[in-house]
Amino acid sequence: MKSLEEIHKIRKEKRKELDLRTNTKADTREKHILVCHGTGCTSSKSPQILENFKRILKEKNIENVRVIKTGCFGLCAKGPIVIIRPEDTFYANCRPEDCEEIIQTHIIEGNVVERLLAKDIDGSKVQKLDNLSFYKKQKRIALKNCGMINPEEIDEYIAFDGYKALEEVLTKWTPEDVIKTISDSGLRGRGGAGFPTGKKWELTRAAEGTQKYVVCNADEGDPGAFMDRSILEGDPHAVLEAMAIAGYTIGANKGFIYVRAEYPIAVQRLKIAIHQAQEYGILGTNIFNTGFDFDIEIRLGAGAFVCGEETALLESIEGKRGQPRLKPPYPAQAGLWGKPTLINNVETYANIAQIILKGSDWYSSIGTENSKGTKVFALGGNVNNIGLVEVPMGTTLREIVYDIGGGIPNGRDFKAAQTGGPSGGCIPKEHLDTPIDYESLKNIGSMMGSGGLIIMDDTKCMVSLAKFYLEFTVSESCGKCTPCRIGTKRMLEILEKLCEGNGTKEDIDKLEKLAINIQKSSICGLGQSAPNPVISTLKYFRDEFEEHAVDKVCRALECKAMAKIMIDPEKCKGCGLCQKNCPVNAIEGEGREKRAINQDKCIKCGTCLTSCPFKAIGN
Amino acid sequence: MHDQKENGTCQEVQANITQFMQEIFHTYKKQKDNLIPILEEVQEKFGYIPKEAQKEISEFLEIPMAEIYGVITFYSRFTLEPKGKYAISVCLGTACFVKGSRKIMDRLTQRLNIEPGQTTEDGLFSIDETRCVGACGLAPVFTVNGEVHGKATVKMLDTVLDEILEKEKTVEK
Repeated sequence: MKSLEEIHKIRKEKRKELDLRTNTKADTREKHILVCHGTGCTSSKSPQILENFKRILKEKNIENVRVIKTGCFGLCAKGPIVIIRPEDTFYANCRPEDCEEIIQTHIIEGNVVERLLAKDIDGSKVQKLDNLSFYKKQKRIALKNCGMINPEEIDEYIAFDGYKALEEVLTKWTPEDVIKTISDSGLRGRGGAGFPTGKKWELTRAAEGTQKYVVCNADEGDPGAFMDRSILEGDPHAVLEAMAIAGYTIGANKGFIYVRAEYPIAVQRLKIAIHQAQEYGILGTNIFNTGFDFDIEIRLGAGAFVCGEETALLESIEGKRGQPRLKPPYPAQAGLWGKPTLINNVETYANIAQIILKGSDWYSSIGTENSKGTKVFALGGNVNNIGLVEVPMGTTLREIVYDIGGGIPNGRDFKAAQTGGPSGGCIPKEHLDTPIDYESLKNIGSMMGSGGLIIMDDTKCMVSLAKFYLEFTVSESCGKCTPCRIGTKRMLEILEKLCEGNGTKEDIDKLEKLAINIQKSSICGLGQSAPNPVISTLKYFRDEFEEHAVDKVCRALECKAMAKIMIDPEKCKGCGLCQKNCPVNAIEGEGREKRAINQDKCIKCGTCLTSCPFKAIGN
Repeated sequence: MHDQKENGTCQEVQANITQFMQEIFHTYKKQKDNLIPILEEVQEKFGYIPKEAQKEISEFLEIPMAEIYGVITFYSRFTLEPKGKYAISVCLGTACFVKGSRKIMDRLTQRLNIEPGQTTEDGLFSIDETRCVGACGLAPVFTVNGEVHGKATVKMLDTVLDEILEKEKTVEK
């Protein structure tokens, strides 16, 4: 239990101690080596890097250097990442065996380890994190503390104004003040649908009932999206603080975080954070001596995409199969165990404390007319800088793909971007300059979604992409309503037919008709949005569907049944790279001879296609 | 309620399950919403949810077996069959898909001759599809007993499988 005075003292002292994290000119002889411990870097051995640093420092008796685990820095493609502060030196693709050299050259001799510096888009080596073009156009609000603090130490969160907003609200604000500030800020739900957050809080506050609940939706189901996971791993206290503020506002004293069990690191850090907050008396009874009680429990999702739908999520917390409920009544009126319940997504919560501290005017000055603030995207697929980016609403797709993402690898061309995952749609080349906000994306047939942003190059087949998403929805459909359970299956069958070269033009019309019917008649958001990937690919790439149906050709060579991979003798330079990479030794030829593919052996895996530097391999 | 194998239910195993269940029941209240957290623990401990455990849970929480079976089969993390000694998961999230993870999966099913969700007869391998393990920067990825193999190729998968088979061969000898 800590008194408010004690917390103020921690904030002041710890902030001074951590000054070198944010101030490159900090007057100190101390150094902090920050090692990314997000899921991406952890799976490429960052815990070993951390251990090695600690061991070497001890062996060499170096005392003024601390090694700290942090959340995600965002640039996952260059992981594991090590940053040394205060000088802000950014080392990319570090391996455990590089620690010795970093300590010797950087820490002891005061020089930079050139070979570990990250290469920027133009090929130049960049020393400081802030100078990397990946970070230049970003604005970090929800990710403010990710990569800055040790997520497993509450004091570090407190140092950077953590739990200050909760204190303000509990000691000085009425619930109406909170609702007004959140409403004025223009914050909208970051889970995908974009419902105004202030309005949701107001409705739940107004709902009758003495028992209410606050729920955090951390069931990030979009495959290829990892925004929420990174926030939970890098800054779990921000979510706890916002939930407590929400509890005070709507009149609830119990919160649940529903998080995917597939995120073990996030779950572990949340557990630690809740435990620490309870020890400090920031969660529990009589918080800050104001008479307000609030506590939080974790519930693990067990691998069902539909549980990201709010009513299905509530069913799952109650211990049942996660099948959506009919709406209305909405959770604000009858949610968990029939009580009024406020559900927000992780990223939405991550904005709350800063809006309270900096004011609604500050927040609403960022973004576009109807979409305020920033949005975090998980940038993935065929793009150079795979990672997590946070940009102001209104940033164009082109800026994200080229300026931040560093363009398309292997000299390929941009073909399409997919937003909103299985519920979203694709954005073709001609819309690259669309500003990204809720309305603009909807207007071009896609959606904001939770923030998955997958980039595809010209070797991707859009019919098989549509098939991929339908496979996903078919296996994830909960089975409650017929249009989704049977309709999506029928759509998938048509897409399979097309990909196998057995489709007809009529099939395309049938597919379109089915899609619209399913959209109109499914119970929940999952079913209603399941046809979106098909509708939007049909809208922009209808010619590819027709090629599959009529000419029996897949120009991207992804649909194996139609593909016959050949090497163009005109373009082949006989370098042999394709041969080297072929897993089944199907490529014939020696030395500088032009290569040819033995069609009997070829399994059409396409490895040669991507490995050819002269684009000599094709249909 | 059918088709559930009484997997290796010799008395020793059964006693094991009963003992474990009694241990964890102490930490839970008899509330229906504890069903999923309890199932998580059982899955974690045994690698699947044995029928005996379902019976114990049914008695403890006073929920019919059929309902428990319904919940288990609804969520993809819960399985009724034990996993292989080497549980291989291929990520089929969008980021990995775009980078060709389907080819990795095709090769895997071709080599092991089983489908995703199944275990080989010798109990050595099982295959699963997963949606995003969070290492999108390393796409495409597959995991073997949780260990991530990033920037995977068909060749790399072959090497990993061959190494395991080689290792098992020496163990047999």
